[in-house]
Amino acid sequence: MLLKVDNLTIQFHTRNGITTAVDNVSFAVNSGEILGIVGESGSGKSVSCYSLLGLIPMPPGKVESGTALFEGQDLLAMDQSQLRDVRGDDVAMIFQDPMTCLNPFLTIGEQLVEPLIYHRGYNKKDAKQRAIELMGETGIKKAAQRFDSYPHEFSGGMRQRVMIAMALITEPKLLIADEPTTALDVTIQAQILELVKELQTKRDLGVIFISHDLAVVRGLADKVIVMKEGQVVERNTTKALFENPQHEYTKQLLDAVPSGAKTAGKVSDTKALLRVRNLVTEFYDRNTGKPFRAVDDVSFDLIQGEILGLVGESGSGKSTIGRSILKLVPARGEVTFDGKELLGLSQKAMRPIRRRMQMIFQDPYASLNPRMTVFDTLAEPLLVQGLATRQTVEAQVLELMDDVGLARAAIKKYPHEFSGGQRQRIAIGRAVATKPELIIADEPVSALDVTIQKQILELIKALVDKHNLSMLFVSHDLSVVRALCDRVMVIEHGKLVEIDDTEALWMQPKEAYTQRLMAAIPSV
Amino acid sequence: MSAQALVNAEKGTSLWADAWVRLKKNKLALFGLGVVLFLIVIALLTPWIAPYGYEEQNLELGATPPSAAHWLGTDLFGRDLLTRLMYGGRVSLAVGLIATSVALLIGVAWGTIAGYVGGRTDAIMMRIVDALYALPFIIFIILLMVVFGRSLLLLFLAIGAVEWLTMARIVRGQVLTIRNQEYVEAARAMGLSTPRILLRHVVPNSLGPIIVYATLTVPQVMLLEAFLSFLGLGIQPPQSSWGLLISYGAEVMEDYPWLLIFPGLALSITLFALNFLGDGLRDALDPKASKD
Repeated sequence: MLLKVDNLTIQFHTRNGITTAVDNVSFAVNSGEILGIVGESGSGKSVSCYSLLGLIPMPPGKVESGTALFEGQDLLAMDQSQLRDVRGDDVAMIFQDPMTCLNPFLTIGEQLVEPLIYHRGYNKKDAKQRAIELMGETGIKKAAQRFDSYPHEFSGGMRQRVMIAMALITEPKLLIADEPTTALDVTIQAQILELVKELQTKRDLGVIFISHDLAVVRGLADKVIVMKEGQVVERNTTKALFENPQHEYTKQLLDAVPSGAKTAGKVSDTKALLRVRNLVTEFYDRNTGKPFRAVDDVSFDLIQGEILGLVGESGSGKSTIGRSILKLVPARGEVTFDGKELLGLSQKAMRPIRRRMQMIFQDPYASLNPRMTVFDTLAEPLLVQGLATRQTVEAQVLELMDDVGLARAAIKKYPHEFSGGQRQRIAIGRAVATKPELIIADEPVSALDVTIQKQILELIKALVDKHNLSMLFVSHDLSVVRALCDRVMVIEHGKLVEIDDTEALWMQPKEAYTQRLMAAIPSV
Repeated sequence: MSAQALVNAEKGTSLWADAWVRLKKNKLALFGLGVVLFLIVIALLTPWIAPYGYEEQNLELGATPPSAAHWLGTDLFGRDLLTRLMYGGRVSLAVGLIATSVALLIGVAWGTIAGYVGGRTDAIMMRIVDALYALPFIIFIILLMVVFGRSLLLLFLAIGAVEWLTMARIVRGQVLTIRNQEYVEAARAMGLSTPRILLRHVVPNSLGPIIVYATLTVPQVMLLEAFLSFLGLGIQPPQSSWGLLISYGAEVMEDYPWLLIFPGLALSITLFALNFLGDGLRDALDPKASKD
């Protein structure tokens, strides 16, 4: 057994009392085996691994009990310098965000060579040779040429490859990967997962793969533990766990993964509520002043009453399309909403129309003003658009809170007192407050845990039906789009690739790019 | 202060009502507020309650340590120190509060507009700030004095007009990050007018650094006043201020230490009280800061 953790309990001692982050957790990994740890945010899945390497802040963190035998030696009994040796030699980690882990002022080569020289005793020439080999092994093409590139010249997926190359320098026996693909696009994710799998076989690595994404874990891990509130609720081989989940929570998780397609035929209307023609949005480089086309000649219609999905990878310009339609960024072309041309309007003339088209944002932590209570946040659109008076506004806000499933008692609370899902309910409440006809939803569920995501999607569906809304649903998550949308359009590099009914697109994607996208989707 | 006045103009803002509730729970801040109010009341009532006249001399008495007749002692001219401290406080507090308010008003407005509008407007506005920075402020104030004549109010305004520069830079930096927050975008999507976005969303979220810097500005302008008066640009003897009393006290501290100690204490207590109040306000205005 490479690593065997038994009865690990970790508590955090804070001013507000003691929280048990990890509660009596046991797991084991063999060489050449991939263990998946699955759980939602706050389930203790990361803390349980970080604590083994002494990487949690102590205090407030404290290992209350347990043993963690790595090749027979107890990691929890080691002092800092012994742990440093373990971290340096035998165990390596990769993280979610590869950009923040690389020094932007040093070239990729310098960062790879340094540990080889100082920890492995290579001389300069050999170190460079070895670094290029490692880059090649992790799938970085033309490694010798890219040796002198800086991190910002690499894409997210390439940076993650560099991180993996770095992790391999010390020839580790155990690799701990904490959500390594969460920040990556689906096609890139597929490549990185393949790389991890390949390395595990070739080098006989033990891998602990921490993720919230059940589909990813299913495709990769040999065995899985499911964590909830610091405890392991279920453990099994991957196949058995997914085919025959025992615990209620596991079933709930699996059930929450969006699957299947929306039943077609609801949208009978053919009237276009929104007509977009030759939309172009350009941003100017701060230093060179050169224009960059984020949206490049996009045309489409959004039919009254439909949910139109807008999918694409990061940087494809999908969010910018939504913002251009709402005139939040300057754009050229033609955007007609219910017969009115918008792009020619002044901001002032646009104001009354804004009542009829609203937006829901991705990050419920950033989209709410931290210094405004729920009441203030929800009352603002009503008052600004003249839909309420000082006398009626409280009753209207309470009604709105009922609509989006918030407890009325929470009216005086501030955003930070809510969970992510509840915050997104507030944000949705703000968007539907003015009874708009069109909502542009920009990744509204991407920042949420899968069970919460399901609830929010249900809320969105219910609101769309109740108020006969039309919606442009921007997302990178194809399963969510499939479950929710009537039609889907695919964007790549700011250009429209394909637009079709959801099922038609899934069954017979016409364009090569769409086909690639579909093939990369992991499934449960 | 001015940021407060700006936001208060919006009726029904619960942020300030809530902040007051939270401030009341903060003993240290309440103490600070009490001290500041006490000093202001004393300053206002000084002409009626001061034990002596501020220019009443007694050359035969000379400098004496604290006694029953003169609680804080007398200076070289036999003038009662307590009386001079009370009159000096009127000038110092007025300078501190008025000049800081002027700096806040201009600095916050300037920085907010520059940061929010951005682009060329921002560049022009901030270059003006840079240019004023480069101007030696003594020359600037002397110029003002020459053009408008010497008056106490002008002195306040002149100091305020110098101190707002740093405030404007701080506020602009804050606003640059806040204007890209999604809640500001949401406010635009909602159809809020720009002034309303600034008052409701942008300024309240940049208050933390503003308040801290404002409390740091108060002692700065008090000392600046002493410096200007020392050069003969500010108030003239026999009138006095804490800054002047301190600088005279410092000259004679070896022989008459009380002439330095008491004015020094008065200034320190005021600054401590303001700092407690400032910290309390900053926390009270941040819903996340209080965990009760």
